[in-house]
Amino acid sequence: MTKYKKVRRIGGFEIGNAALMLIVCFLTLYPMWFVLVNSLNAPEQAFLGTVDWFPKVISLDSYRVVLGDDSIMNAFYITVLRTVFGTAGHVLFTAIVAYGLSKTYLVGRKVYMKIALITMLFSGGLIPTFLLMVKLGFYDNFLVFIIPALYSFFNMVIFISFFRTIPDSLEESAKVDGASDYGVLFRIVLPNSMAVLATIGLFSAVYHWNDYYQGVIYIRNPDLVPLQTMLYKIIAENSMSLMQQQAMAQFGARLPSDSIKFASMMVATLPILLVYPFIQRYLVKGVMIGAIKG
Amino acid sequence: MRGQMRTFVKQWQLQSMVIPGIVWMLIFCYIPMFWLIIAFMDYSVAKPMLESPFVGLKHFEAFTSDDRFWRSIRNTLGMSSIKLALGFCIPIIFALLLNEIRSLRFKRTVQTISYLPHFIAWTIFGGIMLNWLSGDGLVNQLLMGLGLLDREVLFISEPKYFWWITFFSDTLKETGWAAIIYIAAIAGIDPALYEAAELDGANRWKRMWHITIQCIRPTIAILFILAVAGILGSNFDQIFMLKNNMNIKSAESLDLYIYNMGLVSGRHSFSTAVLFARSIVALVLLFMANYASKKLTGDSIF
Repeated sequence: MTKYKKVRRIGGFEIGNAALMLIVCFLTLYPMWFVLVNSLNAPEQAFLGTVDWFPKVISLDSYRVVLGDDSIMNAFYITVLRTVFGTAGHVLFTAIVAYGLSKTYLVGRKVYMKIALITMLFSGGLIPTFLLMVKLGFYDNFLVFIIPALYSFFNMVIFISFFRTIPDSLEESAKVDGASDYGVLFRIVLPNSMAVLATIGLFSAVYHWNDYYQGVIYIRNPDLVPLQTMLYKIIAENSMSLMQQQAMAQFGARLPSDSIKFASMMVATLPILLVYPFIQRYLVKGVMIGAIKG
Repeated sequence: MRGQMRTFVKQWQLQSMVIPGIVWMLIFCYIPMFWLIIAFMDYSVAKPMLESPFVGLKHFEAFTSDDRFWRSIRNTLGMSSIKLALGFCIPIIFALLLNEIRSLRFKRTVQTISYLPHFIAWTIFGGIMLNWLSGDGLVNQLLMGLGLLDREVLFISEPKYFWWITFFSDTLKETGWAAIIYIAAIAGIDPALYEAAELDGANRWKRMWHITIQCIRPTIAILFILAVAGILGSNFDQIFMLKNNMNIKSAESLDLYIYNMGLVSGRHSFSTAVLFARSIVALVLLFMANYASKKLTGDSIF
């Protein structure tokens, strides 16, 4: 018998479709490329007002201004802090609650689940939440980034359904050996849930890194402003910090304010762009779990 | 009952895992829910809440006679309708076309690249849009280069373009990500169905219509229900970034109106009345969309 392989014709549709997909890729990548090129633009270049595919003369002046700016660096530090603590807090807190609720023999489980479900249908919304934060003393407080983001219903549901797939025998044998519920959770269950911990952790981290809204609403103290909120002010409200203004004056008209904007955008996005190739499969997996259970 | 108490005490470890979560929900979800009652009061920050005087529907009457409120409804519905009518299909079409790519490697690469903008903050993406749409920005250069414009247009400052700007920038940023769920649904279709259809002489478009679309119909229905239920919502991150004093006439969505009235002008009770009315309408919409979908397609969320 001869080996038979189905040969498919490559027609106009295939070529057109592939071309379309290439256009999609281009449209997707171009915005970030645009930011990169413009942030590297040499000052003289920017005068011409032309947009190029590549910077003709590469200059790091804008980055020097951005990285030398104390307020931007402080904002960067705040963002890193909130991402680290916010993510760790969210993953731990939600996973622990989910573990308790994953046990069907838990007394009061039905009531707990109802309490959790109702929060999906109704919510207080912006103003009551704002008033609550003020009452709790979270206004102008770093904790406003962490505590209100500790828990999420969807992530809890993902945890619960994942914990249920861990064989009971594993937990039972640990119990026989005298482990407590916390012992089982931290020594058996969580080490066996690395994939889902990573996925939810990544989503939480991306949220914390990218959020600018909390900072706009709750933070007045300039030392607590996260990076994205600062970017919002630089870009949308066109306000520059004192350092930046001084730097601008020092460079004279040679340095266009736009390239400082682009350099700060690049500094704020680079961490995401750098880790993206390694984490994207987890992110996609997360959506799949969420989609199937949700 | 006593037996339950005894078990409760016995499971104190498990209970101590769950109860902090319940307390968190009571504080951060239920207290704000309860505080919606300030919609019926003249609340001021200076006094304890329950000592504020009840004023009945005063604030509801006030916002329904405010032109700016109706303008924000118009803007919200305008932006949502464009998103629903055009934006809803784009991820589906993208998923269908991507599915036709035969090289697995190429397919994966396109997919991975198409998700990327979803993870870029709106501050960045909005900043790029503001630059492109400015007087000497990319859009003007492009349109003038092609001879479609003879002088610069300040796109971002013209109210009449704003809805379309939100639509296009959202499409550019979110299409790939929104398509994931359809791509996953398509991947779950039994290949035998396609082979059978091919033997019966169904061409590419017939297979797409009769097999792919039919198989992912429940997914489409669920996302459509959610989209209809969310019609009074808007992408706050996006609008907050792109709005300015010139385009506010068509940029102020309901969310932004609530924000401006409540947090900028400090009219807490007034904005809470708007919030209250909106959540009721959103809930009704959710049940209506769910019912309609159940009747029409047999697929529903609950």
